[in-house]
Amino acid sequence: MSEEFEPKIIAFLCRWCGYAGADMAGTSRLKYPPTITPIRVPCTGRIDMEHVLRALKISDGVLIAGCHTPGDCHYVRGNFQCFKRVTLLKKFLKQMGINPARVRLEWISATEGRKFARVIKEFTEELKELGPLRGVE
Amino acid sequence: MENPAPRPYSDAKGRYGKERIGVFVCHCGRNIAATVDVKKVVEEISKHPAVVHAEDYDYMCSKPGQELIERAIEEKGLTGVVVAACSPSIHETTFREVVEHAGLNPYRCEMANIREQCSWVHEERDKATEKATRLIKSVIEKVVRNEELEPVKVGLHKKALVIGGGIAGIRAALDIANAGFQVILVERKPTIGGHMAQLAETFPTLDCAQCILTPLMSEVANHPNIKLLTLSEVIDVEGYVGNFHVRIKKNPRYVDPDKCNLCDNCTEVCPVVVPSEFDEGLSLRKAIYIPFPQAVPSSYVIDPDACLGMNPIICGKCAEPDVCGPGAINFYDQPEIIEEDVGVIIVATGYEIYDPKKISEYGADKYPDIITSLQFERLLSPNGPTGGIPKRPSDEKIPKRIAFIHCAGSRDEKHRPYCSHICCTYCSKHGLLFKELVPDAEVYSFYIDIRAVGKNYEDFVKRAQEEAGIQFIRGKVSKIYEEDGKVKIFAVDTLLNRRIEVEVDMAVLALPIVPAQGIADLASKMRIQIDNYGFLQERHPKLHPVESATPGIFFAGAAQSPKDIQDTVAQASAAASKALEILTQDEISHTPTVASVDRDLCSGCRLCLSVCPYGAIRIVDGKAEVNEIICEGCGACVSTCPSGAISLRNFTDEQLDAMIEAVVGGI
Repeated sequence: MSEEFEPKIIAFLCRWCGYAGADMAGTSRLKYPPTITPIRVPCTGRIDMEHVLRALKISDGVLIAGCHTPGDCHYVRGNFQCFKRVTLLKKFLKQMGINPARVRLEWISATEGRKFARVIKEFTEELKELGPLRGVE
Repeated sequence: MENPAPRPYSDAKGRYGKERIGVFVCHCGRNIAATVDVKKVVEEISKHPAVVHAEDYDYMCSKPGQELIERAIEEKGLTGVVVAACSPSIHETTFREVVEHAGLNPYRCEMANIREQCSWVHEERDKATEKATRLIKSVIEKVVRNEELEPVKVGLHKKALVIGGGIAGIRAALDIANAGFQVILVERKPTIGGHMAQLAETFPTLDCAQCILTPLMSEVANHPNIKLLTLSEVIDVEGYVGNFHVRIKKNPRYVDPDKCNLCDNCTEVCPVVVPSEFDEGLSLRKAIYIPFPQAVPSSYVIDPDACLGMNPIICGKCAEPDVCGPGAINFYDQPEIIEEDVGVIIVATGYEIYDPKKISEYGADKYPDIITSLQFERLLSPNGPTGGIPKRPSDEKIPKRIAFIHCAGSRDEKHRPYCSHICCTYCSKHGLLFKELVPDAEVYSFYIDIRAVGKNYEDFVKRAQEEAGIQFIRGKVSKIYEEDGKVKIFAVDTLLNRRIEVEVDMAVLALPIVPAQGIADLASKMRIQIDNYGFLQERHPKLHPVESATPGIFFAGAAQSPKDIQDTVAQASAAASKALEILTQDEISHTPTVASVDRDLCSGCRLCLSVCPYGAIRIVDGKAEVNEIICEGCGACVSTCPSGAISLRNFTDEQLDAMIEAVVGGI
């Protein structure tokens, strides 16, 4: 490969916090790599782990960003639902031979543009080290 | 203009059917165009099989930009629109109104965020351009699957329920009633008035509390729009905004308030004495009593736990015709269940003070002359047990040296870590009032920090320090006990950095303010949240400070957080105004992007019930059913359902899957 590997990241952003945090990063003109393609969801609790697996099939990593626990979730406790599911999914991923670090769950509030940009940078670097996800690692 | 020639469809799978999508790419001046090659995006996206029209413009949100979209919808017969511009949080409503104006359903319009989440955060032009195209493709997949939806509309009961009859509940009830709506005011004690009725004078103006409160209480009693239920508790709340069904248990008073003429003959014959709640245990009352002379409803009441007449063989003296002339007393009075339908609920259940027994080192439960600030308030009150001159409970002598202990449990990790907000100012008030009554008294105030936040409060505390000569000692008290008629206080003066020991005649503890008992139970009945300390959790601390996360339920007063009377009244009026926002509507609209159940797939497993934070799902004939008005559209049930029976309108699994695929797949 002549070019440097550029990971593909699919990001599920809850509309109240993660998505708004990404907007904040934009408003503050913070730069991060264009490796991420966001999909806006109502709540991280809406995300079925099947969606994460589907996204992993065609990307190198999945980011889920929602409201801070315990009390920030716009829908009371959707973030906890997501947390439980992701914790379980990571166990399965390990069993399947996929590095669980490829799925990243972050709590990013609407004010945390800086954190959003930092997470994308970090995650991109991490995935670069892990290399492309092609089937079982 | 070219004709809107129907474009034959199209891709191999024919998956876009008759969809005709228009994509409108905004330059946003140079905000987008500087980083994203807008022309290239239009060129690329035009190749998409569902897209029949794509164009770019400088400012899509401007009037000419909006007209461009409307014209394209009409001329090209578009079935859906994607606007690639800024964040949907800025202009989604704008563009949905535009497409609606052109005759499309507003839900057939979606935005792709190529500014905040693309042009503003990336630098490489080709990569930003590619990403913009990906984002648009993904949103196209959503919009082609968006259903045409109409807002859900439902009627409402134009009536309010206010829980709690303290100053917060009184103010909120009066505001709503004065606006012309019916209010049910529920209070669990025999009278309304709450803690404010117990206060002597109020800071910082030193108004007499009863003088400003009791006129409001009688206004409640006489208001044609207010139905007052005392000795009553809400036992069950069902339903949703506009349509709450409430069950209230009204406990017996055993005295008919319409017949009682306040002659007071009954208390003379009553043989039972118990500590008075109103005087915080500093005086005694009979088993038949009136909490205080200005109580509303203006009637005596029997305490069934103390009264011997509950067994008429033992006693029944007060009911004798020569004692109670009007025959108001009825030992056979029964509890009653009252059912009401209301549109909104205001929770104003107020506060209690922290149990002093839990702070054993301060000795309030062991020594008579170590009292709570609420007890001291009663000692200062002209209608209190000592007629307004504070006397020691142990020997009824007027204390000459007195100490106020701020933060007696507040800002203390062992008890309540938060600041109770009002203590610094009321301790200053107590010192000031006491010095007026006993000018030669020595008054000490032990504080950690002075937090007199509020209009004119700082001046008020200064007055206590400078005019009244109260000695403020900065330091935490470690131990208080009483020995040989003297109260001994051990503390550290943190300014002089030395241990001190003070001997006084009486010590007054400013205990933490805690939520009223039963609030957690009530909150769970109403499906509203409480915070770590049991106070009601507002929907948003800045933007929705008086609303619960459940639509139609509002908060007022110290049930939400410790607050003074000023803030409580302001919040009560704010809650009333939010309630009126709903009550003045003829019907309530609700977002239609909610969950729906496919009855054929549902197995009735009830998992969705357990994750729904709003209680929007019920089991009807063995299958889940979503109440569209209660559902807020979070989708937690959708991702929980093991049968795939629930879907979120315009956010289905199919949509999400297609969006994911489109993010990387080719056109």
